[in-house]
Amino acid sequence: MTAAAPVTAVGTQEADIASAARLRLRHRRVTVFFSQIGLLIVLLGGWQLVVGADQLKIVLYGEPSGIFDQLVTWFRDGTAIGPLWQQIAATLEEALIGFVIGTALGIFSGITLGRIRFLAEVFSPYIKVLNSIPRIVLGSVFVLALGLGIESKILLVIVLVFFGVFFNAFQGVREVDRNFIANATILGASRWEVTWHVVLPSAFTWIVASLHVSFGFALIGAIVGEFLGGYQGLGELIKNAQGTFNANGVWAAMVILGVVALIAEFFITRLENRLLRWRPPQLSGPEL
Amino acid sequence: MSNPSPLFSTPLSTRQPAIDLQNVTKRFTTPSGSSYTAIRDLTLQVAPGEFCAIVGPTGCGKSTTLTLVSGLEHPSAGKVEVHGKQVIGITPGVGFMFQTDAVLPWKSVLDNVIMGPRFRGTDKVNAIASAKDWIRRVGLAGFEDRFPHQLSGGMRKRVALAQSLINEPAVLLMDEPFSALDVQTRAIMSNELLELWDVTRPAVIFVTHDLEEAIALADKVVVMTAGPGGTVKNTFHIDLPRPRVVQEIRFERRFVDLYQQIWEALRSEVDIAYSQSTHADMKAAS
Ligand SMILES: Nc1ncnc2c1ncn2[C@@H]1O[C@H](COP(=O)(O)OP(=O)(O)OP(=O)(O)O)[C@@H](O)[C@H]1O
Ligand SMILES: [Mg+2]
Repeated sequence: MTAAAPVTAVGTQEADIASAARLRLRHRRVTVFFSQIGLLIVLLGGWQLVVGADQLKIVLYGEPSGIFDQLVTWFRDGTAIGPLWQQIAATLEEALIGFVIGTALGIFSGITLGRIRFLAEVFSPYIKVLNSIPRIVLGSVFVLALGLGIESKILLVIVLVFFGVFFNAFQGVREVDRNFIANATILGASRWEVTWHVVLPSAFTWIVASLHVSFGFALIGAIVGEFLGGYQGLGELIKNAQGTFNANGVWAAMVILGVVALIAEFFITRLENRLLRWRPPQLSGPEL
Repeated sequence: MSNPSPLFSTPLSTRQPAIDLQNVTKRFTTPSGSSYTAIRDLTLQVAPGEFCAIVGPTGCGKSTTLTLVSGLEHPSAGKVEVHGKQVIGITPGVGFMFQTDAVLPWKSVLDNVIMGPRFRGTDKVNAIASAKDWIRRVGLAGFEDRFPHQLSGGMRKRVALAQSLINEPAVLLMDEPFSALDVQTRAIMSNELLELWDVTRPAVIFVTHDLEEAIALADKVVVMTAGPGGTVKNTFHIDLPRPRVVQEIRFERRFVDLYQQIWEALRSEVDIAYSQSTHADMKAAS
């Protein structure tokens, strides 16, 4: 009886430890979730209470219930400048097209300049100058040059996205382990094959990290472009709301933008996990 | 042993060497602009099919010698020839196992091993077949789809070995390939290396810090002098019979004799290197 006890205890102990750990984890998740909900209620409720029934404050600051009503109205009846989904689609289209082109250009230029030292030296001062000017101002230039259509917004997005991706790609090329390049070269790789099989995958750790920030820039570029001149999109919606003293409208557009950004973030994280699945898990780290 | 290969029909020394370094000097320019002589006036020949081990204190220029033979670096003075041809650019037909892990972490085992044939223009079907064969030969069958971080250190070395050998190099350069492994794994890997080497019989330069490993594997052991400006101090011919079993050979009388001789030559160089480094440390400290 006493001799047999420890043997059986080992198995059950391990199961016990595992289930206890699972329980702790679930408990923790539930606590965190309810704390998050609680925080949201406190913030929104506080906002609602501070604004109260003061009509002036409602006009100036907006109020959560008003924002909610505004969203409902927009979804149900459309906005002053057309159906809501059209505005979302317009902004998304500008942001996505610009994001894809800007990212592709950034990767291409970063890798090329990283691989060809001569080009890097020639271009270096120009890139430094271009990077130091506040590029958002270029939006005005683009609207003047290309008109109120989608092109001026896409161009602004490209310019905003390009530099972040470019610098990361360039740095990524610089950080490639020399040993990997030497190994591939000995195995018979041409310069192009070294770029494709060694440099690009290695630089992707850097490039993918920059995509999270870059998509934020893409949204900013599209909105600001619409602000500076346009006839549709969420930026236009915000401008309209501001013009009619509708703070709730501004906030409601921001809520929509936030949701769009969150969805994009989800897909970029998926892409990241797909592209970087060769990395050991502890390097990937927890998502923040 | 039973079927004499054509390599032994002529004495090794009379034929054209596979690797021929004549009075080679290699200087590096340091970032500060001064020059550092890594190896000076080094002369070394390795015959086709010969297994040559290089031992020497740290910093004496062993890795540098290998990069010169592979064509990754070029000599400041002297002549480097492989199969009678001067080394310009990357030497064709060499395999190189690097001192640090150089298996690509973003490629699976299969994709790593397949690189050599693919870069050399083999079509995909044949390349996969040959890669699978080599993965099996180094004992990794079933691990084709793993990424390097999912393998143990010893398994990663096997991948590197398959990656190099699949090209059937006539010259194989190995820079402390097993130094990161534990003693038992190292002995096993050494035995397997000898078996694989026996199949295609490349000329090998095998750099190691482990004198026992050098003697157990090699036909000749080269001792280098301490750096800067390392060069060949002595060459010892290892006349132990093959095939050898690495774990057992070290108890043989002849092995122990050779070990004592070579250690005698090596010890003074290690002492010099050590006193240099501690001297430098003291300088840096004061
Ligand atoms: N690219 C380089 N630039 C400057 N100095 C270098 C370079 N490569 C090697 N050296 C120097 O040349 C000397 C010999 O280096 P090497 O790597 O050949 O030594 P080693 O014998 O392989 O040493 P270890 O046993 O520690 O690997 C070292 O002092 C090193 O600092
Ligand atoms: Mg070395």
